[in-house]
Amino acid sequence: MDLSAINPVLFIAGFLVAATPLIFAAIGELVVEKSGTLNLGVEGMMITGAICGFAIAVETGSPLLGFVAAAVGGALLSLLFAFLTQITLANQVASGLALTLFGLGLSSLLGQSYVGIKPPRLGDINFGPLADIPVIGPILFTHDIILYLGFLLVAAVWAVLKFTRAGLVLRAVGESHDAAHALGYKVVRIRTLAIMFGGACAGVGGAYISLIRVPQWTEGMTAGVGWIALALVVFASWKPWRLLLGAYLFGGITQLQLNLQGAGVAIPVEYLAMSPYVITIVVLVILSRDKSAAPASLGRTFHAST
Amino acid sequence: MIRLEKRPQPSRAFSLATPVLAVLATMFFGGLLFAALGKDPLVAIKTIFWDPLFGEFAFFYRPQLLIKGAPLVLIAIGLSLGFKAGIWNIGAEGQYIMGALFGAAVGLAFYPAQSVFIFPLMVLAGAFGGWIWAMIPALLKVRFGTNEILVSLMLVYVAEQFLASMSLGLLKNPEGFGFPGSRNLQQYESAFNADIIEGSGMHWGVVAAFIAVILAYVLLTKHRLGFAIRVTGEAPRAARFSGVNPARLVLFCLGMSGLLAGLAGLFEVSGPAGQVTIDFNVGYGFTAIIVAFLGRLHPVGILLAGLLMALTYIGGDIAQSNLGLPAAAIQVFQGMLLFFLLALDMFTNYRLRFGRGEVA
Repeated sequence: MDLSAINPVLFIAGFLVAATPLIFAAIGELVVEKSGTLNLGVEGMMITGAICGFAIAVETGSPLLGFVAAAVGGALLSLLFAFLTQITLANQVASGLALTLFGLGLSSLLGQSYVGIKPPRLGDINFGPLADIPVIGPILFTHDIILYLGFLLVAAVWAVLKFTRAGLVLRAVGESHDAAHALGYKVVRIRTLAIMFGGACAGVGGAYISLIRVPQWTEGMTAGVGWIALALVVFASWKPWRLLLGAYLFGGITQLQLNLQGAGVAIPVEYLAMSPYVITIVVLVILSRDKSAAPASLGRTFHAST
Repeated sequence: MIRLEKRPQPSRAFSLATPVLAVLATMFFGGLLFAALGKDPLVAIKTIFWDPLFGEFAFFYRPQLLIKGAPLVLIAIGLSLGFKAGIWNIGAEGQYIMGALFGAAVGLAFYPAQSVFIFPLMVLAGAFGGWIWAMIPALLKVRFGTNEILVSLMLVYVAEQFLASMSLGLLKNPEGFGFPGSRNLQQYESAFNADIIEGSGMHWGVVAAFIAVILAYVLLTKHRLGFAIRVTGEAPRAARFSGVNPARLVLFCLGMSGLLAGLAGLFEVSGPAGQVTIDFNVGYGFTAIIVAFLGRLHPVGILLAGLLMALTYIGGDIAQSNLGLPAAAIQVFQGMLLFFLLALDMFTNYRLRFGRGEVA
């Protein structure tokens, strides 16, 4: 075993990359849950985004177009969930599971001819001299635009929820859909938009895995990141900044176990690979006692009984 | 303008018709999907739904129906108990793996001794493995209020890694020339879950599935616990007033579904699969979720739904080899089925009203 093989600077830069898919998927789901809907289909939307983004990036040669396609793909798939839960008033847990099962199948169908291909690379932003600062430079200023976008997205969601009227309406719908409906807000429309936003974010998160983090396409490559994102929303108590912190924590653990595998630690690879999931459970247990932060209407079906 | 009006009572007719309509809708849209993939939709549908039952080689495929249906039914029966009560175990795949590992480990520990007690011991160990794996989310939920959906699902990934570790390490066949995977239990008489009637596909797992269906039916219709499950699902507050202990219900429902999933895993690994390998699990634990809903969370419905789902697996295999239909297409097909089912279920609880609705 050789721990000195782990370069701390590269490690930190690496965990920022590992955290980004989680940030996108979780911040999207946070908005969805704030609107009072529980979409368990994050994993399905991520994997669909991963293949949509990959395919378009390969076909057009433009990774950025790939990310746009991933957002569109994720949002389209989430429309299915919106239709089931908002129009036909189906159970949200079951509908979310359906979305995940369907998304996993759909993605491997779409991805058949893309196995083993290398996608075009999205270049890092050129910060000029900033990237040459020792330690901080390689950690903070050697990434692609999507990574920074993830950070900005968290800030934007936080600001919109806290300071704007749109955010207030969204939270009102999530806390009490009946009251919001009585005030004349279009509950179904607002929730559908929130669900689509969540789908688009999950799609981008998935594409970040297939286009940047890995980068290639394999079936089921999201490997539970969507589910960890769901857990992240719970233990962030539906707060954007805590979510960011949590995502970095998990990015760190993922990166650490990969580095330890590479460094040849005496722990078998399988046990290292299960650690992110075990730690998710442990953190969920520690932080799940406080349920007061959950939106009051979360998971409940809304039916305007006019 | 169309609007929905809640029915005073869920419609029984629609409740029964929904799965049938969902299957028909899936056949139609699945056909479109197959056509989009460049296959003749009618031939594809016939290959999937007709050939395994009545085609030229049906004698070969019919036993497969039992082999593939049994684990689905076993797992789905367990899941349905929890789903009815609003307790969501979606980690059956993990419990299935753990059941198989525990059971196979007990069997392999006795190798090469022969005794009639070995297989029953393996069955017990398999049930225990699934049960204990499901008790993790159950206890965490009861003690700390942790979300059982997320925990049970996380444990699937943990179990998969554990399976990998076992088939490459502890349970690896010492005479396997270094290949991953355990000894083949099919060649170890005392541990082999053989067909009870040679060539019928009727192994002990099939028997267990039938027993589970009957017991679940009795439990839900005749037993106090079944009543508690149903009341908790429909009106949790009323359930508490009627003296239902929610913690015990969580432990029972999750434990039971884990136990059945573990059994399914054991019967699979000691019979049709034969050995512990890195990827011997094929997603029955997830497909069983579809089976449970398609069967309306009713034991008899689940039996039928399990057979239908087994049919799509077998038919999918045939379509894959004969028509070159990708395996993923069948997965999409199964996912679609759940979508249509959930969407059409609206008509069970609501009816459409036409005409102008007045402003509230």
